[in-house]
Amino acid sequence: MHPSEALNTKQPATGIHPLRFVLVLMMVSIFMIFAAYTSAYIVRRNEGNWLEFDLPFGFLVTTLILAASSVSVQWAWFAARKDELNQVRTALIVTTVLGTAFLVGQWQMWAQLVGQRIFFAGTDANPSGSFLYVLTGVHAFHLITGLIFLLIVLRKSFNYQVHSRQMLSIGNVTIYWHYLGALWLYLYLFLLLNH
Amino acid sequence: MAANLPTQSQVQGGAGVTEPGIAHDEHAHHDEHHEQSFLQKYIFSTDHKVIAKQFLITGILWAIIGGTLSSLFRLQLGWPESTFEWLSPFLGKWIEAGKLNPEFYLALVTMHGTIMVFFVLTAGLSGTFSNFLIPLQIGARDMASGFMNMLSYWFFFLSSVVMFASLFIETGPAAAGWTIYPPLSALPQAIPGSGAGQTLWLVSMALFIVSQLLGGVNYITTVINLRTQGMSMSKLPLTIWAFFLTAILGLLSFPVLFSAALLLIFDRSFGTSFFLSDIYIAGQALPNTGGSPILFQHLFWFLGHPEVYIVIMPAMGMVSEILATNARKPIFGYRAMIGSLLGISLLSFIVWAHHMFVTGMNPFLGSVFMFLTLIIAVPSAVKTFNWLATLWRGNIRFTTAMLFSIGFVSLFIAGGLTGIVLGNAALDIQMHNTYFVVAHFHLVMGSSAFFGLWAGVYHWFPKMFGRMMDEKLGYVHFWLTFLGVYLVFLPMHYVGIAGFPRRYYAWTGFDTFSQFADLNKFISAAAIIAFFAQFVFIFNFFYSIFRGRRATENPWNSTTLEWTTPVVPGHGNWPGAIPAVHRWPYDYSKPGAAEDFIPQHVPYSQTQSSNLPYEKEME
Repeated sequence: MHPSEALNTKQPATGIHPLRFVLVLMMVSIFMIFAAYTSAYIVRRNEGNWLEFDLPFGFLVTTLILAASSVSVQWAWFAARKDELNQVRTALIVTTVLGTAFLVGQWQMWAQLVGQRIFFAGTDANPSGSFLYVLTGVHAFHLITGLIFLLIVLRKSFNYQVHSRQMLSIGNVTIYWHYLGALWLYLYLFLLLNH
Repeated sequence: MAANLPTQSQVQGGAGVTEPGIAHDEHAHHDEHHEQSFLQKYIFSTDHKVIAKQFLITGILWAIIGGTLSSLFRLQLGWPESTFEWLSPFLGKWIEAGKLNPEFYLALVTMHGTIMVFFVLTAGLSGTFSNFLIPLQIGARDMASGFMNMLSYWFFFLSSVVMFASLFIETGPAAAGWTIYPPLSALPQAIPGSGAGQTLWLVSMALFIVSQLLGGVNYITTVINLRTQGMSMSKLPLTIWAFFLTAILGLLSFPVLFSAALLLIFDRSFGTSFFLSDIYIAGQALPNTGGSPILFQHLFWFLGHPEVYIVIMPAMGMVSEILATNARKPIFGYRAMIGSLLGISLLSFIVWAHHMFVTGMNPFLGSVFMFLTLIIAVPSAVKTFNWLATLWRGNIRFTTAMLFSIGFVSLFIAGGLTGIVLGNAALDIQMHNTYFVVAHFHLVMGSSAFFGLWAGVYHWFPKMFGRMMDEKLGYVHFWLTFLGVYLVFLPMHYVGIAGFPRRYYAWTGFDTFSQFADLNKFISAAAIIAFFAQFVFIFNFFYSIFRGRRATENPWNSTTLEWTTPVVPGHGNWPGAIPAVHRWPYDYSKPGAAEDFIPQHVPYSQTQSSNLPYEKEME
């Protein structure tokens, strides 16, 4: 049989768009970074010479801000499904603002930690403090990538490329944003339990 | 509400914008021939076959560099009393009064390891064959994202440029070993190589990790999502299973290396103390306290161990395929082969501390890791016996690729047996810092993976370039290399058991080791001859691209889908529709069949004479 005679009615095997699959895989590899840091944290803490300090209360506030942004990105998704394009734009803008507010809040927390003489580096630094900065810093870096992704989808929504028949990009950004929120929740609870 | 709805033209405009680089399967636009500029076609190509060739040729260049470095330090080890003034036009100030600079010797070893493990056997091997074979063997037009695939190569290229540049800086390239253990790698004042060279090493590896992740997510997504009709996971060629699991290992382990590298960067340049504590250099106490250098080793080997399987598993997959094709027999134990690949992948994540038996770890913990390590012998033995059983009473055709595949099995057995020795903590502690370890990993992982790489190049060269490589030159290459590898590494086992230490620049200060002077000379001579034998391959490779005998569509009478494409597959791989798959990939010498192979896309209705009872139902 000549190959060209063969049928070609192939469908993606998983029913998931390949780009969404790529996103999920990337989230797995991001998780491995934090799995490495949090296990290194525990191993290092158990070796002693570990400075104990209280987490700033403000982390609870930033956590709530990020939780609120998860709600608003979900709102954007529902609105897109219903073709309420103005609501999509509003919700995406709200999410971006809340995400930025979270980052500003994290920065404030860093300033406060320095005020408490908890340093990232230098002679007065202890690995317990350094780890806190690394965990929050690497998370913040990924949150910035999430913000860029939000802005791209926002631009698409202004070009009428986000609606009930084109849910891929808004679906992806919703998944990624929830993931970043969940990641932060994990880190926050981890730090509360292990600081 | 109505105002929110997009107008018709906008919907069309929006829907017409496809996600960049997603492979499409509509037949409509495939027969169109659109002219591409040279840049699009050969440089910034998103075609998986071109990207594969880019990885292959970059990998070959790196292999030449990595091999040259090893020849240089073998000169020093073989003839420690000689002067190397004749190398000074080439090495410049690293030859001082006719002697190789000791710091530069460490840099040579470090760069040899880094280049061979990461740039040749990870990027060169997986990058070439995962890219080339995944879409062709599963029946896809291209990778899931051609754009990301292109980025993957260019991140690798960038990483290569940085690593290459580090060879030429004043303080020399990184010199703390390819494992870059701190504190040596963390303190620029410790050795010259821990200065700018180490910084460039870390930058280069960060880029390399990005490249690997971009490539890896693409491989996994493509295998999961873009298989042609009928290509279930249990009909995949073993090559694809191997590339798929390799990509998963990379996805899970490279981020951890990135984590460790980032902490090391902070320690080196920002004054943190993750890995540094209580260090005196030249009588001066450093301010760093509270760090743990062992922590780095845990993080590093959590990548490092899966990394050796990232290197070997693609070779295993290709060898399985080539052995079955050239023995004209189905691979023995297809499902056991998949199961053992899965077993090796799983175990690779829970054995890392066997690299660290000498760090003073708790002996109980050492026993646990020893136990888990020895279990790896089980799936490895399953694979080995299956390869041997595939060869058993086969109608063997000794093509060059087949010779290298059999060579692979031989080297994997020879190197694997000493793995059982070194997996035991009690024996490893004795031999850890000797050449026994060097001999072990060079056979089981270095040479084996290289043999897999060569086998793959010889076997798939016709599909890559539409021409055949020269068989006679191939035989010369094989025998020189095969004998060379054994002549280099077998004596190393012997000197290793006798206690000859690795990592030493010169051993002439110790009377104990002077009896090994002859063997060291022998090893060095064999290594340098084996290195020069590679130029036979390089000549053959480049000559055959332009002047080789023209290939047919399916020169090896093989069953997998890539051989159903035109002699040189174009963009989109198949000119017409993608063939559907009806059977497993190893129908060789099936009793009753008209020919001794039945390709995967031939339905059972056309092979009624050879169908087994349960296959009759599928006619």
